[in-house]
Amino acid sequence: MATQISPASGRDKFVGSAQNRVDGPAKVTGLAKYAGEFTSENLAHGYVVSSAITKGRITAIDSAAAEAVPGVLKVITHENRPSVAGEAEAYQDMVAPPGAPFRALYDETIAFSGQPVALVVAEDFDTARHAASLVKVSYEAQTPHTDIAALQDQSYDPPEKRGGIKTPPKPWGDASAAFDGAPIKVSEQYRIAHEHHNPMEPHASTVVVEDDGTYTVYDKIQGVANTQMYLTNAFGLKPEQVRCLNPYLGGGFGCGLRPQYQLFLAMLAAQDLGRSVRVVLTRDQMWSFTYRPGAIQTVSLGAEKNGVLQSLKHDALHGTSQFEDYQENVVNWSGILYRCDNVELTYRLSKLDTATPGDMRAPGAVTGMFALETAMDELAYATRIDPIQLRITNYTDTDPVEEKPYGSKALKDCFVQGAERFGWAKRTPEPRSMRDGKELVGWGMACGIWEALMMESSAKVTLTADGRLEVGNSTGDIGTGTYTILTQIAADALGLPMDHVTTKLGDTDLAKAPVAGGSWTAASSGTAVMKACRNVAEQAFKLARGLEGSPLANVDFDRIVFSKGRIEAAGDPSRGVALTDVLKASGQDRIEATETANPDKDFAKKYEAYTHSAVFAEVKIDEDLGIVRVTRIVSAIAAGKILNTKTARSQIMGAVVMGIGSALHEESMLDHRLGRFMNRNLGEYHVPSNADIHDIDVIFVEEEDKANPLGVKGVGEIGIVGTAAAISNAVFHATGKRIRDLPITVDKILAA
Amino acid sequence: MENAMLIDSGSSGAHAKIGITLTINGEKREIEVAPWTTLLDLLRERLDLTGTKKGCDHGQCGACTVLVNGTRINSCLALAVMKDGAEITTVEGLAGMAQRQGTNTLHPIQEAFVEHDAFQCGYCTPGQLCSSVGLMNEGHAKTREEIREAMSGNICRCGAYTNIIDAIEDVMQGAAR
Repeated sequence: MATQISPASGRDKFVGSAQNRVDGPAKVTGLAKYAGEFTSENLAHGYVVSSAITKGRITAIDSAAAEAVPGVLKVITHENRPSVAGEAEAYQDMVAPPGAPFRALYDETIAFSGQPVALVVAEDFDTARHAASLVKVSYEAQTPHTDIAALQDQSYDPPEKRGGIKTPPKPWGDASAAFDGAPIKVSEQYRIAHEHHNPMEPHASTVVVEDDGTYTVYDKIQGVANTQMYLTNAFGLKPEQVRCLNPYLGGGFGCGLRPQYQLFLAMLAAQDLGRSVRVVLTRDQMWSFTYRPGAIQTVSLGAEKNGVLQSLKHDALHGTSQFEDYQENVVNWSGILYRCDNVELTYRLSKLDTATPGDMRAPGAVTGMFALETAMDELAYATRIDPIQLRITNYTDTDPVEEKPYGSKALKDCFVQGAERFGWAKRTPEPRSMRDGKELVGWGMACGIWEALMMESSAKVTLTADGRLEVGNSTGDIGTGTYTILTQIAADALGLPMDHVTTKLGDTDLAKAPVAGGSWTAASSGTAVMKACRNVAEQAFKLARGLEGSPLANVDFDRIVFSKGRIEAAGDPSRGVALTDVLKASGQDRIEATETANPDKDFAKKYEAYTHSAVFAEVKIDEDLGIVRVTRIVSAIAAGKILNTKTARSQIMGAVVMGIGSALHEESMLDHRLGRFMNRNLGEYHVPSNADIHDIDVIFVEEEDKANPLGVKGVGEIGIVGTAAAISNAVFHATGKRIRDLPITVDKILAA
Repeated sequence: MENAMLIDSGSSGAHAKIGITLTINGEKREIEVAPWTTLLDLLRERLDLTGTKKGCDHGQCGACTVLVNGTRINSCLALAVMKDGAEITTVEGLAGMAQRQGTNTLHPIQEAFVEHDAFQCGYCTPGQLCSSVGLMNEGHAKTREEIREAMSGNICRCGAYTNIIDAIEDVMQGAAR
């Protein structure tokens, strides 16, 4: 099933194969520079002073001692900051939820713990940090409310919906009556903890003041177009005054989608002082902005004895800040993964005194699918049906909400291939029935689902006289492999070796592309690059055919191939001409094209597009100690065409690791009396370490999809969805203990 | 080694600075540094060796791992003045180390990381690489389990762990051949 990436291309040579990252050498030699590592002459360093209270107001700031430290340039607070845009709307970035975004140093109001209250700017980092400790801030504190469980009765349906996020569909059938009448019932509450993204690179921005008064801004962001839009609106600048770059991102996972306050502060200080400024947050301060909101969910399933679902209800509540209504799609998955005649999906928010939560890898799906897929396992036990069989019993090839077929859904292949690789047939379903020495062994499975999205995206492609190709746009490679897949696509489209193609990303001077998120980048930027390459190919062909005595004089474009740097007649390589000769003979130093790709509206009218997975987990548990080890994961993925089997596999593996973290480790703990996250460091907020991770086996099942010309659906999120449920189901199988509250820590195993 | 107390007359004020000598990636350097400056901040902020990363500044993530006289350490937990006279190898020096040993342009562990896709975002990678070399210098870890355990001071949030182990095993087996 070779999807030709261009009708003019000879064959898929690099697309679909395992290729090393083209940015690999830069990353293993330390040459890849991240936002806080760019420098300029006369660079000043900013250090953020964070609020010691959660809610209330600043009554006084005494900066005298800090300002007296030699080398300190200025202490900027809400009292002495330069003028910035007044209306909150000016601070809304491309992916902002409804509401009034947080404005750093705007006034004396404190709305969340760790809120920046001052920026100390000094000649060097050490001095800024030291002086920051000398800033004395007095507060008038109010009682914060951060416990979502205590605020359940104050929940609400967000009045303004967040763009791009599906709202729960209207109920269909009569879920309550059907549940009451169902012979088999499962109804339980499920919880997940607040999680923080914790990319390895702390947030950082370097604002360089150029000689002509313009700014060059290096920002930790998943798409520089968002940085530029934010800065122009908040500071009243024109786009041509602010060039934003971020060639490498030290991990995002969603926390780099929105510009964060260190960017605002760096620009504020640069404007104020008229010199270049860098602001880097500390690890502790990485708990002072976005996070995956912990949630309280109830799933009620009613079924016939044969497992056929009669009723499905899924209710979710999570928190948001006092000033924005962050929303994610938590419950809709339950309406589209299985066929059921009586469905009721509800979703609510409660206001918390925290920073606004935000998207974290597969936002909403991680939360909702943990609840649904654990409930499905409970139903499997209640009906004594194999968990895979139960899911096949309730399988649907049609989206029940939109009443449209899926463009492709090879989930059954995921079940078959995943089960075989895992050895599922050897599972004895009875809890506590499998052992390895003194450890209990548990095998569990769950499904994953994520939207296959595409966003409007442009790309520019330039073929130069030396036969080299440059492609690029402004989106970011956030570790996903975008540099590499775009290089592969372009190389195949024009029949060039990969080392003749240079891909540039993360620069607002390049063609416009959206932030990298939602698993849409391969489809969006990939299609744009493909289209622009096709345009260049057609131009090159026209020039070639017009050459005097051209060997291609009577050949049509659809009868030629691009191969080994040449344009040739298909099946007759002797009739051809080198690209370099085409440019030389026609006196051109370059052929270039910029194209924009958009989602296929005709496809979207007829079909729905999702990725799916079946995740199988093996846990081993020492019951005396309550320690859970995830010894094996098999993740079988249906995500359309896989452009690079090496980097895509890494995407899934990495998402599985984060899923293991979500299941067993990750929890940002709030002290509700203080409204403050307590474990704000990597010693106490546990993410998986190497010793926690054992075998991870990734399977990509064949799946042909036509949502876009490449046939890709994206692989950034799907690997995490369902992983925690597969693990919690395995924990039940091992122990007979059903733990519905993530993470599954030692205390919960011992107490259950 | 005696340290002379020097007074820095630079713009950052009259901090007492101490003169030290470090051999960094084979190059001997005499540096005046404040007693509270960490080796990490010295590398990143003063010497523009930003290959060594700051992930937590608390010795909890391993992104700042460098080799000091061949031993891996968290450079965020070491004051620069404590390492007076030491040989420091950072990620920028790993390739040079390979070249001095007459091998390829990259250190074998760097090549293995690329081949096994042992990173994604790349931010923990310099620390993982230096830690891998340090681990191999120690010679304690032999099995996959032991390597996992001994590499657990280096967090990779992208979750490239199994590929990292594959890369290290590959180099260890190559060295044993």
